[in-house]
Amino acid sequence: MYYTYTITGLILLISFIANRGKTLKAVKISIGKFIKIFPTFIAMLILVSIILFLFPDEVISNYLGNSSKFISVLLASFFGSITLMPGFVAFPLCGILLNKGVPYMVLSAFTTTLMMVGIVTFPIEKEYFGVKVTIIRNIISFFIALIIAIITGILFREVF
Amino acid sequence: MKKNFKIKIAYISTYVLFLVVSFILGYNPGKEIAFNFISFLIYMLKILPCAFILIGLFEVWVKREVIEKHLGEESGIKGYIWVILLAGTIAGGLLVAFPVAYSLYNKGAKLSIVFTYIGAAAICRIPMTLYEASFMGVKFTAIRLLVSLPLVIITSILLGEYLTKGNYKMAEGK
Repeated sequence: MYYTYTITGLILLISFIANRGKTLKAVKISIGKFIKIFPTFIAMLILVSIILFLFPDEVISNYLGNSSKFISVLLASFFGSITLMPGFVAFPLCGILLNKGVPYMVLSAFTTTLMMVGIVTFPIEKEYFGVKVTIIRNIISFFIALIIAIITGILFREVF
Repeated sequence: MKKNFKIKIAYISTYVLFLVVSFILGYNPGKEIAFNFISFLIYMLKILPCAFILIGLFEVWVKREVIEKHLGEESGIKGYIWVILLAGTIAGGLLVAFPVAYSLYNKGAKLSIVFTYIGAAAICRIPMTLYEASFMGVKFTAIRLLVSLPLVIITSILLGEYLTKGNYKMAEGK
């Protein structure tokens, strides 16, 4: 996190030294864009806060650990699609689940949908790309995640 | 647009009202939801300002011709490699990828490259990948990357072609 700030700060400083006018214009553009999308971000956060309440980590862990492999893969993709978790929370959780004996393919489905499919980020994505493209992209990503899960399962000898 | 805005205001105020009432009555689910909201808000406020500053600088400094040449219609395979490297080094996942992808598109990047960028930003950010491998093992991460990247590129090309045929344009002025 600090790296990001240091690097951004440095780039901003270099830009400022190189050309003050351009840099001020850039900052104005940044603020303008941020303000435009901010209400949508808030709308998304509301969704996230409710969904995380309905499906906390414990509930997800419970479901993923206690069903048959294929049902678990489907459940995992479902949970991954509807929730939003930063990687620094998601991967330790997956590490724990792995130690509990949850198959790799289930965790693969969970992490990939978590990263690629965003039901809660829908309001933001559609602001930029439109409803149709957002739906298509998410459906494609969901199937990519399923394919990855199946191949992971095969290569870890969990299926077939 | 105006109607949309009113709905948003109504939606947000209902939510705030619900949280305030929950706190007054000591309703626990409401408190938990408020806690979720605040922790995610903080998380996002840590990442987003940097992302938007960089987007602003990108808009001002990077010439349209550069993007058109390297990521535009004529870019070829190299364009995909460039954009995957770019995605790999930017933090923040999908939320940051959307505005960045939008800026790339407006500077002349072609659609298939824009979608590849979004996919790659979701699955193969380098810091995240290292972190993932430390919990899940190198084999797991390697399989995920090697299987997903080609799929992302292929589907992005198909989606790009399909949308270009339908004269798709992204919304302006976001």
